[in-house]
Amino acid sequence: MDFLTLIQILDSSVRLATPLLLACLAGLFSERAGIFDIGLEGKMLAAAMFSAAAAAITGSVWLGLLAGIAASLVLSGIHGLASITFRGNQLISGVAINFLAAGITVLVAQSWFKQGGRTPQLQGDARFEGYDLPFAESLGSIPVFGPAYSELVSGHSILVYVAFLAVPASWFVLYRTRFGLRLRAVGENPAAVDTAGVSVVGLRYAAIAICGVLCGIAGAYLATALQAGFVKDMTAGRGFIALAALIFAKWRPWSALWTCLLFGFLQAVALRYQNIDIGPITLPVQLMDALPYILVVVILAGVGGKAIPPRAGGEPYVKER
Amino acid sequence: MDVMPKWAEVVLVPLISLLLAAILSALVILAIGEDPVAAVKLMVDGALGSTYGWGYTLYYATNFMFTGLAVSIAFHARLFNIGGEGQAMLGGLGVALACLYIPWPHWSLALLGAMVLAGAFGAIWAAIPAYLQAKRGSHIVITTIMFNFIAAALLNYVLVNLLRPKGSMDPATARFPEAVNLPTLHDILAPIGISFSKAAPANVSLIVAVLACFLLWVLIWRTQLGYEIRAYGHSDSAAKYAGISPLKITMIAMIISGGLAGMMAINNVMGEAERLVLNSTEGAGFIGIAVALMGRSHPLGVFIAAILFGFLYQGGAELALWTTIPRELIVVIQALVILFTGALDNMVRMPLERLFIALNGKKA
Amino acid sequence: MTLTPSAHAPETAPAIELKGISKAFGPVQANKDISISVMPGTIHGIIGENGAGKSTLMSILYGFYKADKGEIFISGTKTEIPDSQAAISAGIGMVFQHFKLVENFSVLENIILGAEDGWSLSTSLRKARKSLVDLAQEYELNIDPDALIEDIGVGMQQRVEILKALYRQADILILDEPTGVLTPPEADQLFRILGRLREEGKTIILITHKLREIMDITDTVSVMRRGEMTATVKTAETSPEHLAELMVGRKVLLRVDKDIAAPGEIVLDIKNLRVVDDQGVERLKGINLQVRAGEIVGIAGVAGNGQSELLEVLGGYADGSGTVSVNGDPIDLTGKYSDGKSRRKRGIAHVPEDRQREGLIMEYAAWENIAFGYHDDPTYQTGFLMNNAAIRKDTVDKMARFDVRPPDPKLAAKNFSGGNQQKVVLAREIERNPDLLLIGQPTRGVDIGAIEFIHQQVVALRDQGKAILLVSVELEEILALSDRVAVMFDGHIMGERNPTETNEKELGLLMAGVET
Repeated sequence: MDFLTLIQILDSSVRLATPLLLACLAGLFSERAGIFDIGLEGKMLAAAMFSAAAAAITGSVWLGLLAGIAASLVLSGIHGLASITFRGNQLISGVAINFLAAGITVLVAQSWFKQGGRTPQLQGDARFEGYDLPFAESLGSIPVFGPAYSELVSGHSILVYVAFLAVPASWFVLYRTRFGLRLRAVGENPAAVDTAGVSVVGLRYAAIAICGVLCGIAGAYLATALQAGFVKDMTAGRGFIALAALIFAKWRPWSALWTCLLFGFLQAVALRYQNIDIGPITLPVQLMDALPYILVVVILAGVGGKAIPPRAGGEPYVKER
Repeated sequence: MDVMPKWAEVVLVPLISLLLAAILSALVILAIGEDPVAAVKLMVDGALGSTYGWGYTLYYATNFMFTGLAVSIAFHARLFNIGGEGQAMLGGLGVALACLYIPWPHWSLALLGAMVLAGAFGAIWAAIPAYLQAKRGSHIVITTIMFNFIAAALLNYVLVNLLRPKGSMDPATARFPEAVNLPTLHDILAPIGISFSKAAPANVSLIVAVLACFLLWVLIWRTQLGYEIRAYGHSDSAAKYAGISPLKITMIAMIISGGLAGMMAINNVMGEAERLVLNSTEGAGFIGIAVALMGRSHPLGVFIAAILFGFLYQGGAELALWTTIPRELIVVIQALVILFTGALDNMVRMPLERLFIALNGKKA
Repeated sequence: MTLTPSAHAPETAPAIELKGISKAFGPVQANKDISISVMPGTIHGIIGENGAGKSTLMSILYGFYKADKGEIFISGTKTEIPDSQAAISAGIGMVFQHFKLVENFSVLENIILGAEDGWSLSTSLRKARKSLVDLAQEYELNIDPDALIEDIGVGMQQRVEILKALYRQADILILDEPTGVLTPPEADQLFRILGRLREEGKTIILITHKLREIMDITDTVSVMRRGEMTATVKTAETSPEHLAELMVGRKVLLRVDKDIAAPGEIVLDIKNLRVVDDQGVERLKGINLQVRAGEIVGIAGVAGNGQSELLEVLGGYADGSGTVSVNGDPIDLTGKYSDGKSRRKRGIAHVPEDRQREGLIMEYAAWENIAFGYHDDPTYQTGFLMNNAAIRKDTVDKMARFDVRPPDPKLAAKNFSGGNQQKVVLAREIERNPDLLLIGQPTRGVDIGAIEFIHQQVVALRDQGKAILLVSVELEEILALSDRVAVMFDGHIMGERNPTETNEKELGLLMAGVET
């Protein structure tokens, strides 16, 4: 494997890690506040469809992004209604949201565009283009560093940079602000927050709203930056890989970054090579596809340190009698 | 005191949930510019208006009975098995191996053999997450989701690299031999003078599924094991006090659950496709969740809900055929049913409870 | 909030005045038309049995529940308290029975939670660290601000709760059953702190069901019974006997009528029994104890000193090491045959401490609960199936003998009162004619009428020559029922006493780990 191939694979890893990272951070905010969210997939999918649709209709990718975030927020709202207001089962609600998105996206896309459940191909301003960082041209000729900078670091869509900046931002919000303290507390012991005079419901809705916005960006990235339009089921399990990454990262922002890059790398390799030969053994491409899921099962089984979720996670808050 | 009488709990609550889901679905149909009344008429005609329609409705219902029962038995042990899809995929593999590699003299023996292998494959796929939950504390919801993806990758590998006939581009097995073809409802009903559509896929597996409903009812409500499973589901701390082993119950409940999901393959793989293709389950494992929720995890409820979803599936296919409404409408309805009967249960229940308190207050 | 001065305001208005508070949970009337008034700078006790409505009343005052009817006045001003935030602003702080702390947060983080200064955490933490030093000096409440809650003891955790209230400038402090988890010396220290707070002009409301605490520290006391306030008196002008009578509504027999025990053979023989919990903490550190046929051995101790683990390991749901023999033969303490089923086969019956979480399946009907744990009994089977008719018939008999009301075998356990739930458990366990009965907190949350009945049943079983191991945190119950008392502290048995030759003071010292 030559250097340029490596750069290309890493570049592709970054692109593929971006939606995972956004969705993973989305899940992080939700689960840190004690709301399990297996509906990341559905929210991304809805955002992908509505962002592509709005971008196709208006010609503006920014309006597309907004539409995607709005769609994702609506689903977050349903999840909140079910799991916070009516204290229902968060897992079942998440399952419902995934199906709702899977159905609605095709239904709406078909009704609006009549192209068999896709949106039209996005072009020009309706799509996020690569964004060249300063000096990408001029530094390109420097060996090793040059191509690494101009190919790998520079030239991504603006949303890629948003995703990577979201990591330190999330860390700061969680560990350095009043909101973060309360958010973490409500995921550990909502009664402590309630008796301290802070609204548990308000905090949890705030958390799932952030989750909705981040999933919205992730979905918009898929349909308007990574690809040029929406196709049925285009998230292809990314929401679940993000969930897996979240557990793998033990609900921490920086670990989430490394995990998502790793999973992005796995996807990039699987995409580029069909089967991988390591001496006498041939790793089939299906194994590469399944690897993130296998890794999570291994981690959950407690190999290499136990993944302990927020203590109040998944439990609706009921004042005790 | 229980606020609501039992009939309200068992009949009224699911019915209202269903009604809400139906109203919202009608709004969705309106929103995409179609006529809901005409759509319902088309669905009823297509799914129930002919023995051909019934044949498909019952075929789908058979799948959903297996997966609905699978989710239900796990629910009774307070385990949420989202892995029905993967377990059913593995069950398909079991059926394929049984049908392709064993020379069965008669379809009935083949059916038994296929059931055993399908059930075993599904059970193993459920037993691993169960063991990890009971022994290592891994969350079974997450592991069963992961196992769905792993199953898909595994099946893909096996079909592409191992079971695909030479020269075929299609990632699917060869056709099963004639001897293992299951009799359809047409074949079964013809001798007793009832003419049933020859083209419809409903087959003898339906009888197996109905039998499974009954046997599961006996198991849950009439046996020691069922008593222990329900006890553990209600209170794991009390179960421990009584000497009911959490490991044993988790394993057994999930093995039965996975076995049932796996056995679905006798219907879709052995009874219909007669070969194993990549996406043979078509999401039936997930529909089991909706069916179990709507049926309140009771085998009779599952039976009714499965037929309702069978109707929706066949009706939805007819809609897609004759109108511009895509099949995905069914996925939306399924989502709404899960939402209202599962996650938003309290939204339906709370006003009803208030109503009954008011009514009781007046009586007293 | 409206500013209506109280009509009959004296020179100094009461710190708190509640008028006509009522609250119902569904069909249960938890508080009925309650009025109470507490003067500033005093300690006011509220005493009553479990379920009398004390905690509900205080939760209303703290904005945790909304009263259906009634008014609250703080320092003479009518105040609406719709949520905890409003209570905190009105200067009310509350220390709940179950602490409301975030386990993996530091002391400091817990203190500022909800009372931060501005959005930045570091500013808030810096400020709080400073005022914590001041508070520590003022009230002798020393604590390590950086320790994690999960690493400090319950006494310290309670201190954090008090500091939380003081940091929020509370003038009124409500403590709900604060000594339930404390040893007597820790409790004494708490009372010194409360005295200090009173000197500083704070108003304190102390909720308890322990008469001793009321007599020791309060200035005035209100008695609650079944959701109603039955009396408010000056502590100096009352006596424990009088208060007890007000609590339960009639003269109580604290003594149980029983003959002197005639102990026979050793039934339960425990040698060097150890239990290590899931976190790797040793909870039983070498217990040696014997219980003979025909005697009741009572285990006294502050909750959390190993009594629960003792019942759990004997009942078959915790692993242990050492030797435990029943009727001379050892029982398995680990492995397949150390579970509840195996214990029952060896003639050990168990009425667990927490009947709602352990002894019963609340959603199961009474008849299903009567079979619970004995559901593999051959008389309950027909072939492969359970003989539900036989179980129901058995249930009807047992419910009649134990006077369970209503005698409806199809009613779910959750729909019975606490006392009747306990009777279902007792009927199930006692009617099996066990050699050894393990019984934990037999009368917790049980109404007074049922208490007598339950005590009589236990004594009757003893008189049939059965061995009984009783665990209770109610010292009075231990003294009244037991023929021999063992005191547990920190996983050890501190000593054994004859109940007729000891007193609460001596036992209290043993419970605190002090050799006497």
